[in-house]
Amino acid sequence: MAIEGVDLMKAAAFIGAGLAMGFGAIGPGVGEGYAAGKACEAIGRNPEEAGLLTRTMLVGQAVSESTGIYSLVIALLLLFVV
Amino acid sequence: MEHHYYFLVEILSGLGLGHFAHGFIHVVHSWLVICILVVGAFLLTKHVQLVPRKAQSMAEMIVQGLEDFMVEITGPEGRAFFPYIATVFLYIFISNLLGLVPGFFSPTANLNTTLSLALCTFGLTHYIGVKYHGKKYVKHFLGPAWPLAPLMLVIEIIGHFARVMSLSIRLFGNIFGKEKIIGILFGLAGMYLAPLPILFLGILVSLIQALVFTLLSIIYFAGAMEEAH
Repeated sequence: MAIEGVDLMKAAAFIGAGLAMGFGAIGPGVGEGYAAGKACEAIGRNPEEAGLLTRTMLVGQAVSESTGIYSLVIALLLLFVV
Repeated sequence: MEHHYYFLVEILSGLGLGHFAHGFIHVVHSWLVICILVVGAFLLTKHVQLVPRKAQSMAEMIVQGLEDFMVEITGPEGRAFFPYIATVFLYIFISNLLGLVPGFFSPTANLNTTLSLALCTFGLTHYIGVKYHGKKYVKHFLGPAWPLAPLMLVIEIIGHFARVMSLSIRLFGNIFGKEKIIGILFGLAGMYLAPLPILFLGILVSLIQALVFTLLSIIYFAGAMEEAH
């Protein structure tokens, strides 16, 4: 089986999709963990406000997660469109 | 991609609408969500009593909670747009949860559905702006100082279109990713209950993404209501 230009392009797209997802997941992972840690600290200091803090934390995490989601979209584009 | 089995598509194929149902799976499933919401609303409001029973008090709790959540951010004048916010929340939430049932598909796991929802929010934001400020709504786009106005106009217009993109792609990516992960885990080790933790996470993601979409819509509405700086 000879490897042609189309196969090389497919291979590059798959490698790119893996790299995009892997590197793209670092940022949201670190950021959301940091946010959760800070929320735990705040709840420890002020347990009555746990509901409000949890809600705010979840919304903030969901917004900052969108960068990871963008990398997922890029990975999907590379997998299925290229 | 392999062939997926969806109950609704099979039922519609039996009725002779198979071609449409196979091509527009998200539309067919969003009809189902609309049916669930309409029938649910009809059943819940049929026997409204002063002292609520179980189902009525739960529905009241949901609506009351959403209304408090909205009024906290926009102030009492935002109550006029509460029906839109509550509809969008319930629609997205039910759509997200539908994808967790085997044999069904989340309408929100398709970019067309989420983009149409985001465009509704976009349109209503500017309708609110024009309604509250009239011609002065232009000031929202011109920034604080006159010399910078042409630059700010371009930036603000790009920003408003970026809102549509981020709203739609965030919801689509989350729900689509969830569906894909559940599918892959079912394929790999479905017999050993591997997708179970992800299914639990899916319930959480469904609620949080519905909440985030509505929260951002509320914030955009509040931004259009306030005076230009």
